[in-house]
Amino acid sequence: MNAVEFVMGHALQWGSVALLMIGLYIVMTRGNLIKKVAGLNIFQGGVFLFYISIANVRDGTAPIVHEDAVLYSNPLPHVLILTAIVVAVATTSLALALIVRIRESYGSIEEDEMAEADMG
Amino acid sequence: MTDEFSIFGLVLLLIVLALAVVRLTSLLAVAILAGAMSFILAAVYTLLDAVDVAFTEAVVGAGISLALMLAAISLTTREEAPWRRRPAERILALLVSLVSGAGLLYATLDMPLLGDPTAPATLHVAARYIAESPASTGVPNMVTAILASYRGFDTLGEVAVIFTAGVGVIALLRHWREDRA
Repeated sequence: MNAVEFVMGHALQWGSVALLMIGLYIVMTRGNLIKKVAGLNIFQGGVFLFYISIANVRDGTAPIVHEDAVLYSNPLPHVLILTAIVVAVATTSLALALIVRIRESYGSIEEDEMAEADMG
Repeated sequence: MTDEFSIFGLVLLLIVLALAVVRLTSLLAVAILAGAMSFILAAVYTLLDAVDVAFTEAVVGAGISLALMLAAISLTTREEAPWRRRPAERILALLVSLVSGAGLLYATLDMPLLGDPTAPATLHVAARYIAESPASTGVPNMVTAILASYRGFDTLGEVAVIFTAGVGVIALLRHWREDRA
């Protein structure tokens, strides 16, 4: 296996790792809760991309029966990620509803201002 | 081959947009960039032959998620407060994400290459699904067949999760409306 093949074959996996790292960094460093949710969504995007890259088969087609198709890509990760995308939206909506409530109670959605309100 | 290069280009664009999300303090811009990222992800999924996932991502990720985020921003605030984290904390966070990223990168070195037809993931149960599901369920779309038939209990669990989230959102926001009135 030469270097070009190696890099081309792994590039998508490295790309999803990069998205994971950026999402994790946003979640850890940002105090704004909506920004944290956005970071979490980037993290999830990295995981989804990783799964879909596993399912791909060279020269394959989408997994829908077709006379000319020889190879199909793997439908199982597609099903898992389909479920995960919908669940991700459900959790995002719950998180955002919580954020709206937190804003009502604390008057802020910044972590440090919430901590100050709890202290005082 | 051209397909692979356009996929890499789009993923590079995704990473640039994610870095822009780190820098931006306008939450409106963050929400719009998140919608754009979902759409680019949908394009990448299409190029990777995952059409069902692509249209779910386009509708649910770029559509509903963006609408929810805009609604939350309109009910809270449009600007993020300036960064108040101490530099030491930021460096620690950067270190943690770099170390975990390095661990993941090390793990990918053992992964099969993109599109490898002999990868373990494509050899076991997936081959059976592809061979049998059109005949046994009568549905030409294998993703639909697996989702609704073979893994029907998974989908039932998914519906339970969505129902719970919906009940949670209603419980949280109904109370808030009564308080306001």
